[in-house]
Amino acid sequence: MSEINILSFFVACVITNNFIFSRFLGVCPFLGVSKQVSTAFGMGVAVTFVMTFASLFTYFIYYGVLVTLKIEFMSTISFILVIATLVQFLEMAIKKFFPALYPSFGIYLPLITTNCAVLGVTVININESYNLLYSVMNGFFGALGFTLAIVLMAGVRERLENSNIPESMKGFPISLVSACLMAIGFMGFAGI
Amino acid sequence: MSILYTALSLGVLGTICGLLLSLAYKKLNVKTDPRIEQITECLGGANCGGCGYAGCEAFAQAVLEGKADPALCVSAPDEKLKEIGKIMGIDVTPTQKKVAVVLCHGCDGIAKPRYTYDGLKSCLLASSMAGGPKLCEFSCVGLGDCVKACPFGALSIEKGLAKVNNELCTGCGTCIPVCPRSILELMPYAKNAIVRCKNTNVARVARASCSSACIGCKKCERTCQHDAIHVINGVAIVDNDKCTGCSECVEGCPCNCIDMGPAD
Repeated sequence: MSEINILSFFVACVITNNFIFSRFLGVCPFLGVSKQVSTAFGMGVAVTFVMTFASLFTYFIYYGVLVTLKIEFMSTISFILVIATLVQFLEMAIKKFFPALYPSFGIYLPLITTNCAVLGVTVININESYNLLYSVMNGFFGALGFTLAIVLMAGVRERLENSNIPESMKGFPISLVSACLMAIGFMGFAGI
Repeated sequence: MSILYTALSLGVLGTICGLLLSLAYKKLNVKTDPRIEQITECLGGANCGGCGYAGCEAFAQAVLEGKADPALCVSAPDEKLKEIGKIMGIDVTPTQKKVAVVLCHGCDGIAKPRYTYDGLKSCLLASSMAGGPKLCEFSCVGLGDCVKACPFGALSIEKGLAKVNNELCTGCGTCIPVCPRSILELMPYAKNAIVRCKNTNVARVARASCSSACIGCKKCERTCQHDAIHVINGVAIVDNDKCTGCSECVEGCPCNCIDMGPAD
Protein backbone atom coordinates (compact mmCIF):
# COMPACT_ATOMS: atom_id res chain seq x y z
CA MET A 1 0.00 0.00 0.00
CA SER A 2 1.57 3.24 -1.11
CA GLU A 3 1.52 6.62 0.55
CA ILE A 4 -0.43 7.99 -2.41
CA ASN A 5 -3.29 5.63 -1.59
CA ILE A 6 -3.35 6.77 2.02
CA LEU A 7 -3.23 10.41 0.98
CA SER A 8 -6.15 10.04 -1.43
CA PHE A 9 -8.04 8.08 1.23
CA PHE A 10 -7.38 10.93 3.68
CA VAL A 11 -8.71 13.55 1.25
CA ALA A 12 -11.72 11.37 0.48
CA CYS A 13 -12.59 10.89 4.17
CA VAL A 14 -12.01 14.42 5.34
CA ILE A 15 -13.37 16.43 2.45
CA THR A 16 -15.22 14.63 -0.34
CA ASN A 17 -16.96 12.08 1.85
CA ASN A 18 -17.22 14.37 4.85
CA PHE A 19 -19.49 12.73 7.41
CA ILE A 20 -21.59 15.80 8.00
CA PHE A 21 -21.67 17.53 4.66
CA SER A 22 -21.93 14.68 2.22
CA ARG A 23 -23.14 11.69 4.26
CA PHE A 24 -25.33 13.80 6.60
CA LEU A 25 -24.38 11.74 9.64
CA GLY A 26 -23.81 13.24 13.08
CA VAL A 27 -25.81 16.39 12.43
CA CYS A 28 -27.21 16.47 15.99
CA PRO A 29 -23.95 17.32 17.80
CA PHE A 30 -22.91 19.37 14.76
CA LEU A 31 -25.78 21.77 15.45
CA GLY A 32 -25.88 21.31 19.21
CA VAL A 33 -22.28 21.90 20.25
CA SER A 34 -21.16 24.37 17.61
CA LYS A 35 -21.78 27.61 19.49
CA GLN A 36 -18.16 28.11 20.56
CA VAL A 37 -14.97 27.12 18.78
CA SER A 38 -13.37 25.76 21.97
CA THR A 39 -16.27 23.44 22.84
CA ALA A 40 -16.66 22.42 19.21
CA PHE A 41 -13.00 21.46 19.10
CA GLY A 42 -13.38 19.49 22.36
CA MET A 43 -16.37 17.67 20.90
CA GLY A 44 -14.35 16.96 17.76
CA VAL A 45 -11.55 15.43 19.83
CA ALA A 46 -14.04 13.33 21.80
CA VAL A 47 -15.71 12.07 18.62
CA THR A 48 -12.28 11.37 17.08
CA PHE A 49 -11.38 9.23 20.08
CA VAL A 50 -14.64 7.31 20.00
CA MET A 51 -14.72 6.82 16.23
CA THR A 52 -11.11 5.62 15.97
CA PHE A 53 -11.39 3.13 18.81
CA ALA A 54 -14.88 2.07 17.78
CA SER A 55 -13.51 1.22 14.32
CA LEU A 56 -10.65 -0.75 15.89
CA PHE A 57 -12.73 -2.74 18.38
CA THR A 58 -15.66 -3.40 16.09
CA TYR A 59 -13.26 -4.75 13.45
CA PHE A 60 -12.06 -7.41 15.88
CA ILE A 61 -15.55 -8.13 17.15
CA TYR A 62 -16.99 -8.45 13.66
CA TYR A 63 -14.30 -10.59 12.07
CA GLY A 64 -13.16 -12.33 15.24
CA VAL A 65 -16.49 -13.19 16.85
CA LEU A 66 -19.47 -12.52 14.64
CA VAL A 67 -18.11 -13.91 11.35
CA THR A 68 -16.62 -16.97 13.02
CA LEU A 69 -19.91 -17.78 14.72
CA LYS A 70 -21.84 -16.84 11.53
CA ILE A 71 -24.03 -14.36 13.40
CA GLU A 72 -23.22 -11.23 11.33
CA PHE A 73 -26.77 -9.99 11.86
CA MET A 74 -25.77 -9.12 15.42
CA SER A 75 -23.38 -6.43 14.18
CA THR A 76 -25.52 -3.37 14.99
CA ILE A 77 -26.35 -4.32 18.56
CA SER A 78 -22.81 -5.40 19.47
CA PHE A 79 -21.36 -2.26 17.86
CA ILE A 80 -23.71 -0.12 19.93
CA LEU A 81 -22.47 -1.94 23.03
CA VAL A 82 -18.85 -1.15 22.19
CA ILE A 83 -19.65 2.48 21.38
CA ALA A 84 -21.64 2.94 24.59
CA THR A 85 -18.76 1.55 26.63
CA LEU A 86 -16.29 3.86 24.91
CA VAL A 87 -18.49 6.88 25.50
CA GLN A 88 -18.96 6.03 29.18
CA PHE A 89 -15.22 5.67 29.51
CA LEU A 90 -14.66 8.97 27.72
CA GLU A 91 -17.17 10.73 29.96
CA MET A 92 -15.31 9.58 33.07
CA ALA A 93 -11.97 10.54 31.56
CA ILE A 94 -13.16 14.04 30.63
CA LYS A 95 -14.72 14.56 34.07
CA LYS A 96 -11.41 13.59 35.63
CA PHE A 97 -8.90 15.32 33.38
CA PHE A 98 -10.83 18.23 31.83
CA PRO A 99 -13.39 19.29 34.46
CA ALA A 100 -13.68 22.72 32.84
CA LEU A 101 -14.70 21.22 29.52
CA TYR A 102 -17.21 18.78 31.02
CA PRO A 103 -20.22 21.07 31.68
CA SER A 104 -20.04 22.70 28.25
CA PHE A 105 -20.72 19.36 26.55
CA GLY A 106 -23.97 18.99 28.44
CA ILE A 107 -26.28 16.37 27.02
CA TYR A 108 -24.21 15.93 23.86
CA LEU A 109 -21.47 13.84 25.42
CA PRO A 110 -23.75 10.90 26.31
CA LEU A 111 -25.40 11.53 22.97
CA ILE A 112 -22.22 10.46 21.15
CA THR A 113 -23.52 6.99 21.97
CA THR A 114 -26.31 7.56 19.53
CA ASN A 115 -24.25 9.75 17.24
CA CYS A 116 -24.98 8.23 13.86
CA ALA A 117 -21.53 9.17 12.57
CA VAL A 118 -19.96 6.75 15.06
CA LEU A 119 -22.28 3.86 14.28
CA GLY A 120 -22.11 4.90 10.63
CA VAL A 121 -18.34 4.56 10.41
CA THR A 122 -18.39 1.05 11.86
CA VAL A 123 -21.13 -0.05 9.48
CA ILE A 124 -19.38 1.58 6.49
CA ASN A 125 -16.16 -0.25 7.42
CA ILE A 126 -18.00 -3.56 7.20
CA ASN A 127 -19.97 -2.72 4.05
CA GLU A 128 -16.89 -1.53 2.16
CA SER A 129 -14.97 -4.54 3.56
CA TYR A 130 -12.01 -2.43 4.62
CA ASN A 131 -9.04 -4.18 6.22
CA LEU A 132 -7.91 -3.31 9.74
CA LEU A 133 -5.64 -0.41 8.75
CA TYR A 134 -8.25 1.13 6.46
CA SER A 135 -11.01 0.70 9.05
CA VAL A 136 -9.04 2.56 11.68
CA MET A 137 -8.00 5.19 9.14
CA ASN A 138 -11.60 5.56 8.02
CA GLY A 139 -12.63 6.14 11.63
CA PHE A 140 -9.79 8.54 12.39
CA PHE A 141 -9.90 10.57 9.16
CA GLY A 142 -13.69 10.60 9.13
CA ALA A 143 -13.64 12.02 12.63
CA LEU A 144 -11.07 14.59 11.54
CA GLY A 145 -13.54 15.60 8.84
CA PHE A 146 -16.25 15.83 11.51
CA THR A 147 -13.96 18.01 13.65
CA LEU A 148 -13.15 20.22 10.67
CA ALA A 149 -16.84 20.68 9.91
CA ILE A 150 -17.91 21.38 13.49
CA VAL A 151 -15.04 23.83 14.12
CA LEU A 152 -15.72 25.69 10.88
CA MET A 153 -19.41 25.83 11.79
CA ALA A 154 -18.57 27.13 15.27
CA GLY A 155 -16.46 29.88 13.70
CA VAL A 156 -19.35 30.87 11.47
CA ARG A 157 -21.81 30.82 14.37
CA GLU A 158 -19.54 32.94 16.58
CA ARG A 159 -19.61 35.59 13.89
CA LEU A 160 -23.35 35.20 13.41
CA GLU A 161 -23.80 36.09 17.10
CA ASN A 162 -22.62 39.62 16.38
CA SER A 163 -24.30 40.11 13.03
CA ASN A 164 -27.49 41.93 12.35
CA ILE A 165 -29.96 39.15 11.55
CA PRO A 166 -33.72 39.56 11.04
CA GLU A 167 -35.65 38.59 14.16
CA SER A 168 -37.34 35.58 12.59
CA MET A 169 -34.03 34.15 11.33
CA LYS A 170 -32.11 34.50 14.61
CA GLY A 171 -30.68 31.40 16.29
CA PHE A 172 -31.47 28.06 14.73
CA PRO A 173 -32.84 29.11 11.32
CA ILE A 174 -29.73 31.07 10.33
CA SER A 175 -27.52 28.22 11.60
CA LEU A 176 -29.34 25.75 9.38
CA VAL A 177 -29.02 28.07 6.38
CA SER A 178 -25.28 28.50 6.97
CA ALA A 179 -24.85 24.73 7.41
CA CYS A 180 -26.62 24.27 4.08
CA LEU A 181 -24.32 26.77 2.35
CA MET A 182 -21.29 25.03 3.85
CA ALA A 183 -22.56 21.69 2.56
CA ILE A 184 -22.87 23.18 -0.93
CA GLY A 185 -19.26 24.36 -0.61
CA PHE A 186 -18.12 20.86 0.31
CA MET A 187 -20.08 19.42 -2.62
CA GLY A 188 -17.67 21.29 -4.86
CA PHE A 189 -14.98 18.79 -3.87
CA ALA A 190 -16.99 15.81 -5.07
CA GLY A 191 -15.35 14.04 -7.97
CA ILE A 192 -11.76 14.87 -7.03
CA MET B 1 -27.38 -23.23 17.68
CA SER B 2 -27.15 -19.76 16.25
CA ILE B 3 -29.44 -18.32 18.92
CA LEU B 4 -27.16 -19.74 21.60
CA TYR B 5 -24.14 -18.09 20.01
CA THR B 6 -26.05 -14.85 19.73
CA ALA B 7 -26.99 -14.74 23.39
CA LEU B 8 -23.58 -15.97 24.51
CA SER B 9 -21.52 -13.57 22.43
CA LEU B 10 -23.58 -10.58 23.48
CA GLY B 11 -23.55 -11.69 27.11
CA VAL B 12 -19.80 -12.17 27.15
CA LEU B 13 -19.22 -8.91 25.34
CA GLY B 14 -21.51 -7.07 27.76
CA THR B 15 -19.81 -8.60 30.78
CA ILE B 16 -16.36 -7.66 29.50
CA CYS B 17 -17.45 -4.09 28.76
CA GLY B 18 -19.10 -3.83 32.18
CA LEU B 19 -16.01 -5.10 33.98
CA LEU B 20 -13.74 -2.74 32.08
CA LEU B 21 -16.01 0.18 32.86
CA SER B 22 -16.19 -0.62 36.56
CA LEU B 23 -12.37 -0.82 36.64
CA ALA B 24 -12.15 2.53 34.86
CA TYR B 25 -14.69 3.99 37.28
CA LYS B 26 -12.49 3.09 40.23
CA LYS B 27 -9.49 4.75 38.59
CA LEU B 28 -11.24 7.81 37.22
CA ASN B 29 -13.97 8.52 39.75
CA VAL B 30 -14.24 12.17 40.70
CA LYS B 31 -15.71 13.05 44.06
CA THR B 32 -18.26 15.83 43.65
CA ASP B 33 -19.02 18.10 46.55
CA PRO B 34 -22.16 16.79 48.31
CA ARG B 35 -23.05 20.37 49.18
CA ILE B 36 -23.99 21.08 45.56
CA GLU B 37 -26.85 18.63 45.83
CA GLN B 38 -27.91 20.00 49.22
CA ILE B 39 -27.98 23.56 47.94
CA THR B 40 -29.85 22.55 44.78
CA GLU B 41 -32.53 20.95 46.94
CA CYS B 42 -33.05 24.24 48.81
CA LEU B 43 -33.54 26.22 45.60
CA GLY B 44 -36.80 26.59 43.75
CA GLY B 45 -36.03 23.73 41.39
CA ALA B 46 -37.93 25.27 38.51
CA ASN B 47 -34.78 26.12 36.51
CA CYS B 48 -36.45 29.47 35.83
CA GLY B 49 -33.19 31.30 35.15
CA GLY B 50 -34.21 34.28 37.28
CA CYS B 51 -30.76 34.25 38.92
CA GLY B 52 -28.97 34.61 35.59
CA TYR B 53 -27.42 31.12 35.64
CA ALA B 54 -28.13 28.21 33.32
CA GLY B 55 -30.16 26.31 35.90
CA CYS B 56 -30.52 25.54 39.58
CA GLU B 57 -27.47 23.26 39.61
CA ALA B 58 -25.24 25.79 37.85
CA PHE B 59 -26.39 28.39 40.39
CA ALA B 60 -25.66 26.03 43.30
CA GLN B 61 -22.17 25.53 41.89
CA ALA B 62 -21.67 29.30 41.70
CA VAL B 63 -22.96 29.74 45.26
CA LEU B 64 -20.54 27.11 46.48
CA GLU B 65 -17.62 28.83 44.77
CA GLY B 66 -18.68 32.09 46.37
CA LYS B 67 -19.39 33.69 42.99
CA ALA B 68 -23.10 34.19 43.58
CA ASP B 69 -25.18 35.41 46.49
CA PRO B 70 -27.77 32.75 47.49
CA ALA B 71 -30.34 35.53 47.82
CA LEU B 72 -30.22 35.92 44.01
CA CYS B 73 -32.51 32.91 43.84
CA VAL B 74 -35.89 34.52 43.48
CA SER B 75 -37.97 31.45 44.08
CA ALA B 76 -36.42 30.06 47.28
CA PRO B 77 -38.37 31.06 50.40
CA ASP B 78 -36.53 32.78 53.24
CA GLU B 79 -36.20 29.69 55.46
CA LYS B 80 -34.61 27.79 52.57
CA LEU B 81 -32.14 30.63 52.07
CA LYS B 82 -31.22 30.37 55.74
CA GLU B 83 -30.68 26.66 55.25
CA ILE B 84 -28.25 27.40 52.40
CA GLY B 85 -26.52 29.84 54.74
CA LYS B 86 -26.17 27.03 57.26
CA ILE B 87 -24.71 24.66 54.65
CA MET B 88 -22.26 27.29 53.49
CA GLY B 89 -21.59 28.76 56.93
CA ILE B 90 -22.44 32.30 55.85
CA ASP B 91 -25.18 34.82 56.60
CA VAL B 92 -27.80 35.20 53.92
CA THR B 93 -30.03 38.25 53.92
CA PRO B 94 -33.12 37.82 51.80
CA THR B 95 -33.66 40.51 49.21
CA GLN B 96 -36.82 42.58 48.86
CA LYS B 97 -39.45 40.41 47.25
CA LYS B 98 -40.49 41.47 43.79
CA VAL B 99 -43.57 40.42 41.88
CA ALA B 100 -44.76 40.81 38.33
CA VAL B 101 -47.41 43.48 37.82
CA VAL B 102 -49.79 43.76 34.87
CA LEU B 103 -49.88 47.37 33.70
CA CYS B 104 -53.29 47.29 32.11
CA HIS B 105 -56.83 47.68 33.39
CA GLY B 106 -58.51 46.83 30.15
CA CYS B 107 -60.60 43.79 30.97
CA ASP B 108 -63.66 42.94 28.88
CA GLY B 109 -66.15 45.76 29.18
CA ILE B 110 -63.58 48.44 29.92
CA ALA B 111 -61.29 48.13 26.90
CA LYS B 112 -63.20 48.51 23.65
CA PRO B 113 -62.86 45.62 21.20
CA ARG B 114 -61.50 46.11 17.69
CA TYR B 115 -62.71 42.78 16.32
CA THR B 116 -63.54 39.29 17.53
CA TYR B 117 -60.40 37.20 17.48
CA ASP B 118 -61.01 33.57 16.71
CA GLY B 119 -57.53 32.27 15.91
CA LEU B 120 -54.79 30.45 17.77
CA LYS B 121 -54.52 31.30 21.45
CA SER B 122 -51.36 33.36 21.20
CA CYS B 123 -50.96 36.99 22.26
CA LEU B 124 -48.00 37.36 19.90
CA LEU B 125 -50.05 36.22 16.92
CA ALA B 126 -53.19 38.13 17.82
CA SER B 127 -51.34 41.36 18.54
CA SER B 128 -49.73 41.26 15.11
CA MET B 129 -53.11 41.05 13.34
CA ALA B 130 -54.37 44.53 12.45
CA GLY B 131 -53.31 45.95 15.81
CA GLY B 132 -54.78 43.23 18.02
CA PRO B 133 -58.30 42.30 19.14
CA LYS B 134 -58.59 45.27 21.51
CA LEU B 135 -58.75 48.82 20.19
CA CYS B 136 -55.90 49.95 22.47
CA GLU B 137 -52.52 48.85 21.11
CA PHE B 138 -51.00 49.05 24.59
CA SER B 139 -53.50 46.72 26.21
CA CYS B 140 -53.22 43.21 27.57
CA VAL B 141 -54.21 40.90 24.70
CA GLY B 142 -55.50 38.40 27.23
CA LEU B 143 -54.67 35.16 25.42
CA GLY B 144 -52.25 33.96 28.05
CA ASP B 145 -48.72 33.87 26.57
CA CYS B 146 -47.53 34.85 30.05
CA VAL B 147 -49.66 32.14 31.67
CA LYS B 148 -47.95 29.51 29.52
CA ALA B 149 -44.51 30.95 30.28
CA CYS B 150 -44.86 31.15 34.07
CA PRO B 151 -42.97 28.24 35.70
CA PHE B 152 -44.82 28.72 38.99
CA GLY B 153 -48.43 28.90 37.78
CA ALA B 154 -48.84 32.38 39.22
CA LEU B 155 -50.59 33.95 36.24
CA SER B 156 -54.13 33.53 35.04
CA ILE B 157 -56.50 35.26 32.64
CA GLU B 158 -59.64 36.79 34.10
CA LYS B 159 -62.15 38.53 31.87
CA GLY B 160 -59.55 38.94 29.13
CA LEU B 161 -56.89 40.39 31.40
CA ALA B 162 -53.78 38.78 32.88
CA LYS B 163 -53.81 38.55 36.67
CA VAL B 164 -50.86 37.85 38.96
CA ASN B 165 -51.24 35.69 42.05
CA ASN B 166 -48.85 37.46 44.42
CA GLU B 167 -48.54 34.44 46.69
CA LEU B 168 -47.25 32.24 43.88
CA CYS B 169 -45.27 34.86 41.96
CA THR B 170 -41.56 34.68 42.79
CA GLY B 171 -40.47 37.61 40.65
CA CYS B 172 -38.29 35.50 38.37
CA GLY B 173 -39.19 37.64 35.38
CA THR B 174 -39.77 34.79 32.93
CA CYS B 175 -43.07 36.30 31.80
CA ILE B 176 -41.68 39.75 31.06
CA PRO B 177 -40.00 39.19 27.67
CA VAL B 178 -42.89 36.94 26.58
CA CYS B 179 -45.52 39.70 26.59
CA PRO B 180 -45.75 41.20 23.09
CA ARG B 181 -47.10 44.43 24.57
CA SER B 182 -44.43 44.69 27.33
CA ILE B 183 -47.03 45.44 29.97
CA LEU B 184 -45.59 43.10 32.59
CA GLU B 185 -43.06 44.65 34.95
CA LEU B 186 -41.31 43.59 38.14
CA MET B 187 -42.15 45.74 41.13
CA PRO B 188 -41.20 45.59 44.80
CA TYR B 189 -43.85 43.80 46.83
CA ALA B 190 -45.06 46.81 48.77
CA LYS B 191 -48.09 49.07 48.87
CA ASN B 192 -47.33 51.58 46.15
CA ALA B 193 -49.38 53.43 43.60
CA ILE B 194 -49.44 51.63 40.24
CA VAL B 195 -50.52 53.28 37.03
CA ARG B 196 -52.23 50.41 35.26
CA CYS B 197 -51.90 51.84 31.79
CA LYS B 198 -49.14 52.34 29.26
CA ASN B 199 -51.18 54.17 26.61
CA THR B 200 -49.03 57.05 25.37
CA ASN B 201 -51.62 58.24 22.84
CA VAL B 202 -53.18 61.70 23.15
CA ALA B 203 -56.18 61.94 25.46
CA ARG B 204 -58.86 61.77 22.75
CA VAL B 205 -57.46 58.63 21.11
CA ALA B 206 -56.67 56.96 24.42
CA ARG B 207 -60.14 57.63 25.81
CA ALA B 208 -61.81 56.34 22.66
CA SER B 209 -60.08 52.96 23.02
CA CYS B 210 -60.56 52.35 26.75
CA SER B 211 -62.55 53.96 29.52
CA SER B 212 -59.72 53.30 31.97
CA ALA B 213 -56.87 54.69 29.86
CA CYS B 214 -54.39 57.22 31.22
CA ILE B 215 -55.05 60.46 29.35
CA GLY B 216 -52.02 62.27 30.72
CA CYS B 217 -54.07 64.99 32.47
CA LYS B 218 -51.37 65.47 35.13
CA LYS B 219 -53.94 65.64 37.95
CA CYS B 220 -52.00 62.98 39.86
CA GLU B 221 -48.80 64.95 39.38
CA ARG B 222 -50.43 67.95 41.05
CA THR B 223 -52.02 65.89 43.81
CA CYS B 224 -48.86 64.01 44.84
CA GLN B 225 -47.09 65.67 47.74
CA HIS B 226 -44.00 63.48 47.45
CA ASP B 227 -43.00 64.25 43.84
CA ALA B 228 -43.39 60.53 43.12
CA ILE B 229 -45.63 60.54 40.03
CA HIS B 230 -44.93 62.24 36.72
CA VAL B 231 -46.54 62.27 33.30
CA ILE B 232 -43.89 61.28 30.78
CA ASN B 233 -44.80 60.81 27.09
CA GLY B 234 -48.49 61.23 27.84
CA VAL B 235 -48.67 58.54 30.50
CA ALA B 236 -48.23 58.77 34.29
CA ILE B 237 -45.27 56.87 35.77
CA VAL B 238 -44.71 56.23 39.49
CA ASP B 239 -41.27 56.48 41.07
CA ASN B 240 -41.36 53.50 43.46
CA ASP B 241 -38.55 54.89 45.62
CA LYS B 242 -40.47 58.08 46.37
CA CYS B 243 -44.01 56.70 46.58
CA THR B 244 -45.20 56.42 50.18
CA GLY B 245 -48.43 54.62 49.42
CA CYS B 246 -50.67 57.47 50.60
CA SER B 247 -53.18 56.68 47.82
CA GLU B 248 -54.16 60.32 47.20
CA CYS B 249 -53.47 59.98 43.48
CA VAL B 250 -55.78 56.94 43.32
CA GLU B 251 -58.74 58.93 44.59
CA GLY B 252 -57.99 61.88 42.34
CA CYS B 253 -57.55 59.99 39.07
CA PRO B 254 -60.46 60.79 36.72
CA CYS B 255 -59.84 57.65 34.66
CA ASN B 256 -59.53 55.09 37.48
CA CYS B 257 -56.28 53.86 36.02
CA ILE B 258 -54.24 54.13 39.24
CA ASP B 259 -54.60 51.65 42.07
CA MET B 260 -52.62 50.49 45.07
CA GLY B 261 -50.51 47.35 44.91
CA PRO B 262 -49.06 44.85 44.50
CA ALA B 263 -49.31 44.18 48.28
CA ASP B 264 -52.72 44.73 49.82
